[in-house]
This record gives sequence, C-alpha cells and structure tokens, in this order.
Amino acid sequence: MTSSPIVKFDNVVKKFGDFTAVEKADFEIGRGEFLAIMGSSGCGKTTTLRMLAGLEDPTSGNIYLDGERVNGRATWDRDTPMVWQSLALFPFLTVQENVEFSLKMRGVAKAERAERARKWLDKMQITEFANRNIAQLSGGQRQRVALARALVTEPKILLLDEPLSALDAHLKVRMQAVLSNLQKDLGITFVYVTHSMSEAFSMADRVVIMSRGRIEQIGTPVEIYREPRNRFVAEFLGSANIFEATVEEEIAEGWKVIHEEGRAIIPASELPDAKTGDKITFIVSAENMQLSAPDSEQDGIEATVAGDEFVGGTAMIFLETASGKELKVQKSHEELSTLKRKAGSKLIVSWSAEHCHVLPDE
Amino acid sequence: MGNENRIINGWLMVHIALCLIFIFAPIAGSFVFSLNSDRFPSLPLGEFSFKWYRLIYEDPLVWAGLFNTVVVGLTVAVIATVLGFGGAYTDFRYNFFGKSIYLALALLPPTIPVVIMGLAMLAFLSRIHLSGSTISVIIAHGVMCSPFAMAIIRLRLSQMDPDLEAAAWNLGGNEWATLRHVIIPFTKPAIFAALFITMAVSFDEFAVAWFVSGLNETLPVKILGFLQGQVSPRINAIGSLSFLLSITLIVLAQLLLRNPEAEKK
Repeated sequence: MTSSPIVKFDNVVKKFGDFTAVEKADFEIGRGEFLAIMGSSGCGKTTTLRMLAGLEDPTSGNIYLDGERVNGRATWDRDTPMVWQSLALFPFLTVQENVEFSLKMRGVAKAERAERARKWLDKMQITEFANRNIAQLSGGQRQRVALARALVTEPKILLLDEPLSALDAHLKVRMQAVLSNLQKDLGITFVYVTHSMSEAFSMADRVVIMSRGRIEQIGTPVEIYREPRNRFVAEFLGSANIFEATVEEEIAEGWKVIHEEGRAIIPASELPDAKTGDKITFIVSAENMQLSAPDSEQDGIEATVAGDEFVGGTAMIFLETASGKELKVQKSHEELSTLKRKAGSKLIVSWSAEHCHVLPDE
Repeated sequence: MGNENRIINGWLMVHIALCLIFIFAPIAGSFVFSLNSDRFPSLPLGEFSFKWYRLIYEDPLVWAGLFNTVVVGLTVAVIATVLGFGGAYTDFRYNFFGKSIYLALALLPPTIPVVIMGLAMLAFLSRIHLSGSTISVIIAHGVMCSPFAMAIIRLRLSQMDPDLEAAAWNLGGNEWATLRHVIIPFTKPAIFAALFITMAVSFDEFAVAWFVSGLNETLPVKILGFLQGQVSPRINAIGSLSFLLSITLIVLAQLLLRNPEAEKK
C-alpha cells in the first residue's frame, strides 16, 4: 500500500430495521489495490459495496473516500462507478450511448463524449458493436460494455458486484484475466464482491471474508489460506481439518496437546503463550495430511475411507474415524496409486507437526 | 402433435370465431346498414349509398359534438397519462405505510358504477361552479381514465431491471435526470399506449359525460339525443366512424405494448 488509503471504513454499521447487515466494518483499501470482499449470500458484502457507492447510508460510523468523509453524499456526487451483477445496461440505448451515459450526466459536450466513449470501446475491443442494441450482444460483450460504461469517467476506484456470476465457466476464466490485466494497466482500485473463492483468490491482492455482517479476516490470499484466523474462515475455505484440543505439556519440539482423536505436537511458534489446560483449535490442511497402509509402522489416527472426490490432478479422500469425525486428505493420483484403498478400507492418517496451524481467534 | 390435438385445436378455433362473431356482428350490422339507402334496417337491403354519411357531414350539431369529443379526448389523454405515470412511478419507487390503500384508491374509479360516478361528479362540480362545461367533462374523464394509464405504465415499470435506476444514479444522474433519461425512455411505449387508450376511453364514455356536459355535449351524448328524437340511420354512420377511431387507438396501443425483448427471441 502506498501513501494514504483511498477508502477508509471507520466502525461502519448498517442496520435495516432490527437486522444488522454490516457490523463494525473497520478497514482500509489502498490505492491501486485489488480488494475482494467474499462471503456467502446475506453476509453483508453487497451492502458494504453499496455504502461505498453511496447507494446506502451507514447507520453509524464514517466512510472516507480519498480522505474526505462521504456519509450522506449522494451516489451521483461521487465518482464510484459500479459494475452490477445484472449489468444494468440501458436496453433503450445503443452500446455507445450506454458508454457515454455518465459523461452526458456530467454535462460533457457531445463531440468529447463520443471521443472518450470510442477510446473505451476500443480498449474493451467492442468498437465494432458501437451502434448495436444491447439485446444483440453476447454475455461476454455485454460485460465489456458494462466495464467501458463504468470506466469512461476514468475513476480512481471501480466497484464490482459479482459481475461474472452470469457467465459460463470458460468465459468466466477469460473475463477474470481481462479484469486482472485491466486493473494492473489502469492502476486504479478495484473492489470486487463475490461469493466465489476461486474468483477472489485468483485476482485479488487482499481478500476480506465476511459472515453475518462481520468481517472475519482480511489478508492476502496466501495468508488467509495458510493462516485462517478462526473456525469460520477455516471451514469456508473447505480444505482444512479442524481439531479441538487441550494443551497438555511443553516438550522439546513444542507443545503436546490432546485432541478428540489422540495426541499431537504443535510447534512452539504457534502457541507463544500457552499453558497447560488451555483450550485451542488447530487445523491441518488436507494436502498436508499423509495416508499410510494400516499395517505400516506409521503413528496416526486410524480411519475408514468413506469416499473420494476427483479434483483435477488430485483426489480428495474423505475418511471417518472411530468416533465419527470426518477427515479430508488431498493427494495426487500418483501418490494414491501405491495405496490399496476402497470405500470401507482402513488407513492411517497422520501429519507432521510443522503443518499444524492454531486458529488465533478461537 | 397428435391428431387428437388437431381436433381440439380446430374446435377451439371455431369457439373463438363464434365469440368474435357474437361480439362484432352488431357492429358489422350497423356498418352495413350505414351504407344502405333504406330508412329502416330491414332485409333485403336497399341501394348502396353514402347518404347517411353525407347527412352527418352536413350536420353542424355532429361537428360540434365531434369537436367537443376531440378536445376532451386529447386533453384527458394528456392529463390522465401524466397522473397515471405519477401514480405508477410512486408505486414502483417508494414503499410507505398505507401503500396498499393508496393503490386501491388510485385504481378505484373504473369500478364505480358510471351512473353513481356521473351523479357524484355532477353534484361536486356544480358545487364548485364547474358543471355544464367542457372543463367538467375533462375533469370527470380525467378521473376515470387515469387508472387505465396507471395500470399500463405500472406493467411496463414492472418489466424494468430494478438495478437500472440505481445504475443511472451511480453513473452521475440525479433523480430528475434519471427520470428523464432512463425511466421515461424505458416506459415510452407504455406512455404512448396510455395516451391512446385513455383517449379511446374518453371518446366512448357516455354516462358521466351525459351528467356533467350540459350544453357542451360530446359525440356519444349527441347520439343519444338523435336516438331520442328519431331513429335515424345516421346513427349507424356515426357509430361506424366512432368504432373505426376507437379500434385504431386500441390497435396502436396494443402494438406499442408488445414486449420488444420477447419479440426478439
């Protein structure tokens, strides 16, 4: 992040009647940053974006845009264009008229409007459709019109509300690349709301994870993936095995803990000020789990194979321990080929201590 | 499709044809007799003649009635469409306490029996010294036609992507600019349809106009005057022309109300 942030949420709360849509949002967005706000539906991510756009007013707290407090300032007096999930293109205007719209609203003269719109149509590679109606365009082309329309005023920040959710999978990946490159070329801030982890993690510099109006974690994709702060984030990411444990004693390698399925060692760096009897929650990511044959010498948890899922170059194996806890192990097909397994067979699941991560907020 | 369906479809066609004949036979009959030289509508027909059309063309009372009808119709169409647009947009845009009551009241006038409406209008307008003039017919018809305009424009607004208006605000248009550059262009076909339909409703409306028009009778009121005096085939001629005018307005409105998006698919 360079110099002052472009956006600052200062203890922002938004209520609709008794319902709290956003609870104490407190974060900053840097200039030129690609920030994704991620969460399942109803988590407050879209409300957060709409407050930034000026379409909703916070119930309490302050929002600063480029250093200025913007509470109560109408959306038409901010330059915070948004790309909508429905795209919200004007069906009664041509492509070029759509792109010119915000210039027209700002009183830019006709000739200049046309020139500036042309430049963006060009940049988005849709010049040939300039005089078409919106109904005549494909999904990907409409997406480009929506981007050109939002960017024509050359704003410092662009807001995107699940813009790719209507596209099919292969077009989605291509548009992700378009967006990523566009953001780097323009050097402006993108705030991107999505429920899709793959979209958020592949494009964003930093990700905000929200649930039930609360911000659960903010960080780079790698930080969040490696070090989720709490159980919600760990579960949301979907690939972590979560254990509840009690700290037992300090040993040379770290702390010995006792969890539902047995004992484990947690590196001392993960538990800087632990003491015997502390309750902790730690995770081990599925790809860091090891599987061994039941007759091997490996120390670990015995579990029964419940099924598996094909995930591209890898497979996710689901196992169940004697006490009914589900464990996930992700392995390449080569690694798995040496292991005799079918549904119902017993295997030993293990991991090495350095792959344990303690959830700091639990 | 199997044979069975073809038979069912055939019968349905016949059914629809019979319904249409039932509705339009009297009008067609009136049209036929308007071109018949005989004084009374009877078979066999007499000679083909434009006599009755010539007679109404030469009658200054008919022209006066038509003039009143056109003035009232055009004015009412504009007033009712403006009011209807306001009512429909209020419904689209705002949620407020008592909204369902507001909607019920706004859409109420067509459900009131016209005789009651006419009497009430007469009583009210004479109180405020506005009865018996063209203005009074305009006011009364404005009340009766606005709900039609509102219903048509409401339907169009319901087809609008709810994000469209907010998108226009977000792109720098304030509420008035958005109304002008987004809402009105989007509802334009419905606005024109509302103009035509309210004009047609006003053209055809008789009962309330009869109560409140006084000496400034509209054409339907004039026709009744003719009927009371004598049964003249001139009425067939006027009827045919009125029908032609009304059906033209309704067809125009229907053409405008075809959903252009659905059309393309």
